[in-house]
Amino acid sequence: MTQAATLAIGARRAESPGLWILAWRRFCRDRVGLASFLIVVFFFGLMAASGLRLIAADWSKEVGVNYAPPTFMGPEVTEAGAAAQASQDAERTGGVNPFDPLAGVLAEIRAAAGAASVAEAQAPTLAFGGDRWGRDVLQKTIKGTETSMFVGLVAALLAALIATVFGALAGYYGGWIDDLFNWFYSVFTSIPYLLLILAIAAVLNQKGTLTVILILGLTGWTGIFRLVRAEYLKHKVREYIQAADAIGASHARRMFVHILPNVSHVILVQLSLHVVLFIKSEVVLSFLGFGVGVDTVSWGSMLNEAQSELILGYWWQLAAATVAMALLVTGFSLFTDALRDALDPKLK
Amino acid sequence: MTSANSPGTLVGIRALKVDFRLDRTTVTQAVKGISFDIPVNSTVALVGESGSGKSVTALAILGLLPKENSTVPPASQILYGDRNLLALAPGELQKLRGADISIIFQEPMSSLNPVFTIGFQITEVLTRHLGMTGRQARMRALELLREVGIPEPETKIDAYPFQLSGGQQQRAMIAIAIACEPKLLIADEPTTALDVTIQKQILELIAALQKRLRMSVLFITHDLALVGEIADYVVVMRDGEIREQGPVEQIFEAPRDAYTRALLLCRPQLERRPRRLPVIDDFLKPGSPLVGGNLEERSRGLRGDEEIILEVRHLGKSFYSREGLFGRREFKAVNDVSFKLARGKTLGIVGESGSGKTTVALTLLRLRGESSGEALFDGKDLLSIPQKELMPYKRRIQIVFQNPYASLNPRFTIGQLLMEPLQVHGIGSGESERRDRVDKLLQEVGLPEVSFFKYPHEFSGGQRQRIAIARCLTMKPDVLICDEAVSALDVSIQAQVLNLLQDLQDEHHMSYIFISHDLAVVKYMADQVMVMNEGEVVEVANSDDIYRNPQHPYTKKLLSSIPQGWRGARAR
Repeated sequence: MTQAATLAIGARRAESPGLWILAWRRFCRDRVGLASFLIVVFFFGLMAASGLRLIAADWSKEVGVNYAPPTFMGPEVTEAGAAAQASQDAERTGGVNPFDPLAGVLAEIRAAAGAASVAEAQAPTLAFGGDRWGRDVLQKTIKGTETSMFVGLVAALLAALIATVFGALAGYYGGWIDDLFNWFYSVFTSIPYLLLILAIAAVLNQKGTLTVILILGLTGWTGIFRLVRAEYLKHKVREYIQAADAIGASHARRMFVHILPNVSHVILVQLSLHVVLFIKSEVVLSFLGFGVGVDTVSWGSMLNEAQSELILGYWWQLAAATVAMALLVTGFSLFTDALRDALDPKLK
Repeated sequence: MTSANSPGTLVGIRALKVDFRLDRTTVTQAVKGISFDIPVNSTVALVGESGSGKSVTALAILGLLPKENSTVPPASQILYGDRNLLALAPGELQKLRGADISIIFQEPMSSLNPVFTIGFQITEVLTRHLGMTGRQARMRALELLREVGIPEPETKIDAYPFQLSGGQQQRAMIAIAIACEPKLLIADEPTTALDVTIQKQILELIAALQKRLRMSVLFITHDLALVGEIADYVVVMRDGEIREQGPVEQIFEAPRDAYTRALLLCRPQLERRPRRLPVIDDFLKPGSPLVGGNLEERSRGLRGDEEIILEVRHLGKSFYSREGLFGRREFKAVNDVSFKLARGKTLGIVGESGSGKTTVALTLLRLRGESSGEALFDGKDLLSIPQKELMPYKRRIQIVFQNPYASLNPRFTIGQLLMEPLQVHGIGSGESERRDRVDKLLQEVGLPEVSFFKYPHEFSGGQRQRIAIARCLTMKPDVLICDEAVSALDVSIQAQVLNLLQDLQDEHHMSYIFISHDLAVVKYMADQVMVMNEGEVVEVANSDDIYRNPQHPYTKKLLSSIPQGWRGARAR
C-alpha cells in the first residue's frame, strides 16, 4: 500500500467515531460531569505525584512544633501552648546541666550540627497546621490521599476482576456452573459485612496497605458479580452472539471478545462506584484500627488521631482529612453518574 | 387566522410542520408542512416507509409529541370542528383524547398495562370519560368485548393481558379505543406485529366497526397492499412530505407520483416473478429499463433430478419445563420435519409465529442444543458429530438473522466483523490477503470500501443486512439460511436485499433456506415451499404449484389471508 493510501485510510479512520468516542462526546456535554472529572483528575495527579515522591515525600519529618497551628491563625498563644513551647525551646537549645559528665561532648556535637539544626528549626506555624509530632498536616493529607486512593482503586479493580470472571462464567454457561457461583455468592453475602471483614483481617493477621486491599477486594465483589452475571444472561441469547457461534467463534472468544466490550460500561460504572465505596471503607477500617500500618498515613488514620486532638481544640487535621475526602468522594460520585449517563448505549 | 373545516371534514391538517431537536446544533424536520383532510365517516390511509413522518403526524393530532424536543411552528393547524388542536389547552385536549379521538398502537402487548385486567382497563376509560358507575361500566365493557369478537367475554373480562393471544390483545386494545365511540380512530400499524391470518381478522374488524359506528379512521401503515382493502382515501408520505394523495382507486389505478408507483411494484407480487425486483431508484430516475412493465420472468421449481446437498430426516426438537418436584413437561417445538435441499436452489419455509420455522434453522446450525433426527450434509450427520469435528462444517452452513440491528456486535468495526470468521477458520494466508477478500466482498454486496473502519450504528437497516450477508459470504458457504432476513426492512430496501440475495445465488450457486412469514416474498424467492404449523410440516411442493393449487386446509387458509391489494378488494 502506498503512503498516500495509508494516509487516506488514517484520515477515514479518524472520521468514524466508535461507541467509546461517542460516549466521550456525550460526557463532554455534561458540565457537572466535566467539573467532577477535573476534580478526579486533580486527585489522580496528587496521587501520582505523591507516589513518585515529587511532593509530600518528607511528610513524616517533624517540621513544626507539635500541634503547630495553621499559619492563618498565627502562632500558639495559649498558656499551655507557651509553656510547651518554652520547654521545647529549652530542650532544643540545651539548657546545660552542670552535672552532666557528657556535657562537653554534647556541646561539640551540637556545635557540629549547629548550622543544620538552625535550618531545621521547628516552625511555630505550618501552612495548614501540624499534628502531635509537628508533622505538616497538608503534606500528611496529600500522603493520606495517595494511600486512600490507592487502596480504593486497587481494591475496586480486584473486586471488579473477580466479579467479572465469576459473573461471566456464571451468566454465560448457566446450569450447574451458575448454581455453584450463586451458592458461593449466597454464602458470602449471608455473613454480616463487618464481621466478614474482621474475620478476613484476623486470617491475614497482619496490618498494612496490601491487607486492606485484599480485605476490601475479596469481600466487595458480590454486587458487581450479580450485575455482570445478569448482563451476560441477557447478552448470551442476543442474535450477535448466535451469529458469532454460527461463524465458529469459541466460548472464550464469545465471552471475552464479543460480550465483554458490550457489558464493559456496566463494569466501568460499578468500578468507579466501588472506588468511592472502598475509599470510605478504608477510612472506616483504619478508624477502627484494622487499617493501614502505623508507618503509613491514610485519611482513616488521620481521622483516628483527630478524635483525641479535637478535644484539645486542634481541629485542623480533622478538617483537612474531611475536606479532602468529601471533595474526592463527591467528585467521584458525580463523575460516576455522568459516566453512567454517557455510557448508557442508547445507540443501537 | 383560524378557519373552520368545511362540512363533511372531520379533521383538517393544514401546513403541519414538526421539528425535532436532537442536540444543541442539529434539528431534523420530521414533517415538512403537510396538508390533508380526514372526511367524516371514511377511512384515510397514511402510507410511508420508516422515517416518513406518518407516526409523528398521528402523535401531533393527539397532542402527544414530546414537549422537550419537538417544535411545531404556529402557522401549523390541525382543525377539529372549529378548534385548532395545536392551540388547545392541555386539559381540553385530554378531554378530547380517548373520548373523541383515540388510538391503537402497533404492539398490543406493550400498550396494555400488564398488571391490570382487560376489564379494568376498559372500565377506566368509561368511568373517566363518560362518568359511568362501576356496574354500568362493566356491563358496557362486556358489550364492547363481544363487539370486538373476543370469545367468552364473561371470563376474558377478568383476564390479564398475558393470558390473551396477540390477536385477542389487539382486539382488547380496539375495545378500549372504541369504548367512548370516538369520532376519529387512529390506527398506527395495528397489524404489523401480528400473523397474516390474525391480521386479516383485525382488518375486517376495524372496517366493520368503522361502518357500524360511523367514525373516521386514520390508518397508518407501511404496506400499500393492505390499504387497498380498507381505505377510501390514501395519503402517500416520504421524508416528511406528501408525495401523492387521492381516492384509493386513483392511487392504485393511475398513480401519478413515481414514488407511489415504486411502492406498488417493489413488493414481490403473487402473480409475477420478475428476474429482478424494481427498486425505488429505478422509478425516480427516468429511463430505467425495469419500469416498462414487461419484466423478464424467472421460472422456479425443481425437476427432481437435482443434486441434493442437505437432507433432513425426522428432525425434532423439544423444550422441557419443570413440573412438580421430579416431573417435566415436554413441548415439541419441532416434530418430525423432513426435507431435501437441492444445490443452488431455494427452499422456502413459511408459517406463523410459533410454527417452529426458526427452531428448524437454529437446530440445523446446532445453536439450540440437543435434538432428535438427523441432517445429512456431505454424508455426515450434522446433528450428531462431536463439536470438535463440527468446525469445517460450520463454515459451510451460515445464517442471516432477522434483525440487522441485533445481529452485529455494536463494538466491532465492519472490518473486525468481516475479518473475524476468516481468522477463526484460518482462511487466507495473512492479514493482507484477508483484507483483500473483505474489500472485494464489501464491493460485492454494494457497500463502499470506507465501511471497513465504520461501526454498525453508522449504517441503515438495509446496509446492516448487507454486512450480515457479507459476513456469511466470507466463509463461502454452500447453504445460507435466511431467517426472516428481509422482514424488518422497508419495502424498497427489501427489494434491494432480495435482488442482492438472488444475484449472489446466481453467481455462487449457493442453496438457500428462506424462512419468512411473508408468503409473497417466499413465492418470489423459493423454488420449493414448505408450510409449517405448530412444529409440523403441513405441505411441501414446488412454489408455483403450492400457490396455484394448495392441498392442505391450513395452506389454503394462509393463502387466503394474504392482503390482495386494490385488485383483490375490487374482485370481491
